[in-house]
Formats: sequence, structure tokens, C-alpha cells
Amino acid sequence: MMQVMVAMSGGVDSSVAAAMLRDEGHEIVGVTLKLWGGESDSGCCSVSDVDDARRVAQQLDIDHLVFNFSEDFDRDVVEPYVADHARGITPNPCIECNRHLKFDRLMARADALGFDMVATGHHAQIVRSSSGLPRLTRGADFAKDQSYVLHMLTAPQLERIMLPIGGLTKDEVRERATQLGLRTAGKPDSQDVCFISHTGGGRRVFLGNRIEMHPARLIDETGTQLGSVDAVELMTIGQRRGLGIGIDGRPRYALDVDVPNRTVLVGAPEGLDVSGELLNSFTWVDESARSETLASTTVSAQASAHGESLAISELRETDAGLELIWESPTRRVAPGQSIVLYDNDLVVGGGLVSRR
Amino acid sequence: MRPEAIEAMLPFLSERFANPSGAHRFARDARRAVDDAREEFAALVGAEPGDIIFTSGGTESDNLAIFGLGSAEGVPVCSAVEHHAVLDPVEALGGRVVGVDRNGAIDPAELRRVLHEGPVRVVSLMVVNNETGVISDLVALAKVVRTSAPDAVLHTDAVQAFCWTDIAEACAVVDSFSLSAHKFGGPKGVGALVVRPGVALTARQLGGGQERERRSGTQNVPGIVAMVTAARLAAEDRVADIDRVGKLRDQLLDGLLAALPGSVETAGADRSQRAAGIAHLCIPGVESEALLFLLERGQVSASAASSCASGALQSSHVLGAMGVESELARGSLRLSLGWSSTQTDVDEALAVIPPAVERLQQFGI
Repeated sequence: MMQVMVAMSGGVDSSVAAAMLRDEGHEIVGVTLKLWGGESDSGCCSVSDVDDARRVAQQLDIDHLVFNFSEDFDRDVVEPYVADHARGITPNPCIECNRHLKFDRLMARADALGFDMVATGHHAQIVRSSSGLPRLTRGADFAKDQSYVLHMLTAPQLERIMLPIGGLTKDEVRERATQLGLRTAGKPDSQDVCFISHTGGGRRVFLGNRIEMHPARLIDETGTQLGSVDAVELMTIGQRRGLGIGIDGRPRYALDVDVPNRTVLVGAPEGLDVSGELLNSFTWVDESARSETLASTTVSAQASAHGESLAISELRETDAGLELIWESPTRRVAPGQSIVLYDNDLVVGGGLVSRR
Repeated sequence: MRPEAIEAMLPFLSERFANPSGAHRFARDARRAVDDAREEFAALVGAEPGDIIFTSGGTESDNLAIFGLGSAEGVPVCSAVEHHAVLDPVEALGGRVVGVDRNGAIDPAELRRVLHEGPVRVVSLMVVNNETGVISDLVALAKVVRTSAPDAVLHTDAVQAFCWTDIAEACAVVDSFSLSAHKFGGPKGVGALVVRPGVALTARQLGGGQERERRSGTQNVPGIVAMVTAARLAAEDRVADIDRVGKLRDQLLDGLLAALPGSVETAGADRSQRAAGIAHLCIPGVESEALLFLLERGQVSASAASSCASGALQSSHVLGAMGVESELARGSLRLSLGWSSTQTDVDEALAVIPPAVERLQQFGI
């Protein structure tokens, strides 16, 4: 029996995670993080989600606390999100929240309060490698797999984390919640960035309230202006929406975004193909994952939460960062997004795509 | 709740369960109970029976006061350390806020300056601060209000004050004051707004006009009866309680300050102008949220600041207004004592708190 702090978001996955740990006989306390103080689609400071988490904890007869980490969330997630957009970078705030809040701030607090483990309701699993080291692997429900957004977890962290629902499919999770009569059983999955309200105008309004937006020229490879957009800060490399059709009748994509010069290079999709990417702020699960991966030929890389994992032909550590060469030319990944390396289904590490 | 207050309300939940506004004899019985309670309550707080408006508690009383008091043109003014039940209505009406000094006291000069900024309809300055226990010098502040804003109504939130000051004396200089039963051993959900004769008040809650057209809604008869019973006992015990609880508070604070290097009494070392039942300190190198968890495990229930709708602790606007450095405010701790507190409680708190703080300081959290 262990003392486990369960992070409860108010969703069905963490509700069932808490129930499973309780039934295994652990002494558990549910914790909901108040992260965002502003408007959101689930009500002011997500009160309805906190209500759901509290009610589930009451139904399970476990203690429930709310920790106010909103200052940390502002500093470590929201402000960098805004600053990145201002320089034409497309961050993934969920990854930064996991990195800084759930598995740093919350784990440190759990330590200080005497808990043995921290549990969450993520769809991913922790297994042992052949040499007995802890490794993160994909959730049993491949369609819901969240190992990508947890790639920053290191081996020492994995030793102290429990992911109770990782072995279940989403349907099984909902079934258990229904059996337990939990009010979150039918609650829809959260989809979008939690601190941006769609009824309040979405990303455009959110960023527009915080940074100055600048119109930009759409140009082709020759520098000829093809049109314009009203906010270069909202453009993402690889974006197709809003860019229309080229003279060849094919859709146009954003091939490059140059915020200082207020230009967006557009063109046919082949223009996005690159031989590789340079990764920064790379986190390896541990040293053995690093050395084995650099020597391995079977590592693949995934560039979005539920994207395909693609073969890579080479990995090189350079002064500029970790250089990754795709086996065949692949669509460019927007700077600021994460690429996660997998050895089969085991996460070995991940980092942020740098600007070229 | 005081057991006598529980006892007093029970008949009105069963055999004496009638609506005091009714026309039959059962109604007249309930009406009699409310009238008796009103008369006794008025005597206890230094008012006339007709001045008492029974409400659902402190928040309703303060809202009614800020929105409804006074007939002069102008906005409300309050201090920066008021409870949100005052602060939020004042801000909603575009009112002005008076700053406090480092020890939480409202500065008369600052009050004068803010009053002179423009026309004022109502001024609200609390008697005892609910977080720090600081007691305002209402006599001095009232003089400033009467000279600087002679047309304004002077209201005070006395919710936290009942057990720790003589309300009749403290509120003698104001036109209106709010009280809440659960702060002195009565039930939750009942309180009063006391308004002196001749002071203009516009009702906010309209309907049957039960409280002389100033507040509508069927009176909470069991609550009112229990509140007045609790008020009687609290008033009887006040002098002895202040002495006994004040000594316990001093022991608790002195013990904690000695055991926790770097910790400070939030409102300064002079405890003479602070309510006996509140011990407030700031401890460096800890986070209140984490500390409260460890204290609860040690059977000590404390608080740090108010909670928002989600149940999360918010940073305290009171400490912010006092200019307490955010590093210290993060480790704020409020321990409340009352008529039921004992020496054993203090001994237990002194045994549990220092090791919990040391643990968190070791973890740097």
C-alpha cells in the first residue's frame, strides 16, 4: 500500500484512475490544479471541472484538495505561449504544462507532503526495459495514446508515477465510470488549449489581447506578393487554411513564416519536404536510452500527438542540438512543436523543433 | 454552535413551525418569538428594535448597505482590507478604495484624501479585519468621515467583531452595521443589518416587505431565535473570553514565533488593537497551501486566505493592501481561536506546526 496523490482534472480518465488506485488499497488523495484564472469554456477558472473532480472524490470517499498553481501556469505555460507566437513559433502548451506543472511543481509538492507516488489519468503505460529500467510506452488504446505529451518524463520521475488507466481502452474507462456511477462517465474528452475560450473568440482574440498583431505579405519563392494575411503571429508553418489555391490549381501551404519581415512564404506542399529536423531542449529518459538510441537503427519519430511514427535514418548530436534525418523527405514540422523518439513503442526522449 | 443556541432553535423547526406573517395563533406565536428576539438583540447591540433588519447573513447585510444606504449623490468608499462582501459591491458601483498601512490600519489622512476626491454616498470601514484581526479606530475615522463627507452614510462591517469588542460601544459612532450569527456561536444563514433611525435605505430584495419594507422574505425564525441566544451568551462571556482567549493567542503566537525563525506577526508586534481570537503570521520559505495539508494531517485546521469558487486559495487582497512582500505572504497562516478553544488545543498546535514548517522548508516548498 502506498500513499498516492492523484491528479484529478474532473475528466473521466482521472476519475477512473483514482477509483482503480483506491480499489487496489492505496491511500489516496485527489488533487485538482487550478491553473488558469481567466475565462475558459468550462466556466470561470474551470469551476465546473473542479466541481466534477470534487464530486467524484466524494463518491469514491477520498480526500480532495485544490492547489492553486495559477501563477506558475502563467509564468511557465501561458507567457511562453504568447511570447512564442510573437516570434513565429508554434508551441504545444499541454506539453509545457506536463513538464512544468504536473510533473515538476506537483511532484515536488507531493514529495514535500510525504506521498510515495503521483498518479494521473493519462493513456500511457510505464513498463520495464529488458535491463529493468522504467520506460514510458503507449497506452493500450492507440487512438488515445498520450505518450507523446509525456515524453519529457525521465527515468527517476517514471519510478514515482502511476498511470492506472494506461492499460484500458477509452471505452473500458467509460464503462468502469458508468459501473461506479461517476458523474464524469459520459463527459466529452477535452480537446483544445484549456486557457483559450472558443466562445470568447479563440486564439486570435486571446493573442490579440496580449500582443500586437501585424499584417503580413504572402509571397512565393521569387518574392512576388500573392496576397496578404492580417496577423503573421497566427500563421504556422505547414498551415493550409486561408491560403487558397495556387495558379497550378493546387492548394497552397505556408512554407515559412518570417515575423520580423512580416512575410509568409507560400507554395505547393512539396515545398514543405525536408530531409531532417534540428531538435533543442532534448530530454532523454536516461543515459542508457540516449546511448542505445544513438547507436540504434530502429528508432522512429513522431511529430504530433496522434501522428504517425516515421522511420529515421540518422541521429547526430551537434553543438546546435540533436540532428534528425528522416528516412525519406518528410513534411516540415513547425518550430516549437515537439518530436518524440520511440524505440518500437518505448519513448526514449523528445525535444523541440528549432527554427532553421 | 453554542449548545444553548441549538436548543433554542429546535422548537421552531417542529411544534412552533409557523410563518410569523400569518394570521392565525401559531403565526402569532412565531411573530412573538421574532419580536422578542429583535428587542433583545437591539439591546445587546445598542440599537432600537426598529433599527434591526434580519437578513441571511453578513454578505446580504453588507450588499444591502452598500447598494441601498444613503440618499446623497455619489459613490461608495471603503477600505482596501474589507471583506469581499463589501469590496465587490463598492467596486461594482465604481466606488473608491482607501489604502491601509503596513500594520493593516486605515490611515485617517488617506481616508480624508479619498473622500475629497469626489461626492460620496456611503462609506464602509470594518471594525475587525477577518484575516488579521486588526481593530479599526472607528471613533477617529468617523470624525474624518463626518467632516470630509458630511452627507455620506457611515456603515461598518462588524461581522468579525461581536466576540472581541463591545458592539454597542464600537458601533455607537456609525449609522449602520452588519452582523452574522455564525461568527458568535449561532447558525449559518442568518444575520442582521442595523440601521439607525432616519438613515435612508433603499431595499434590494423586494416582495412581502417583512422587515418593514427594507428587506423582504419570510423571516428565518429558528435562525433568528438561535442567533439572539448565541449573542446573549457571547455578550455575557465577552470580557472573560477576551482575557482567556487572548492569553491562549499570545501563547500560541509567542510559541510559534520562537520556534519558527524568520516568522513575523503579520500586523506588527502590538497586539492591543487586534481581536483576541485571531493569530496571523507569515512564515518564510513555505507555501500556505502545502502547510495547511500537513497541519490537517496533524489535526490542526487552519486557514491562509479566502478561497475562490473552485476552492483554491487565492492570494490575500488584505496582505496585498498591507504591502506584505509576496515571498512572506505565500507563507501566511491564520489560526482562529474562540469561546471553545482550550489550552490543549494550543499545546497541540504548538506540537504540530513547527515540525510541519521545518519539513516544508527542507523541501524548499
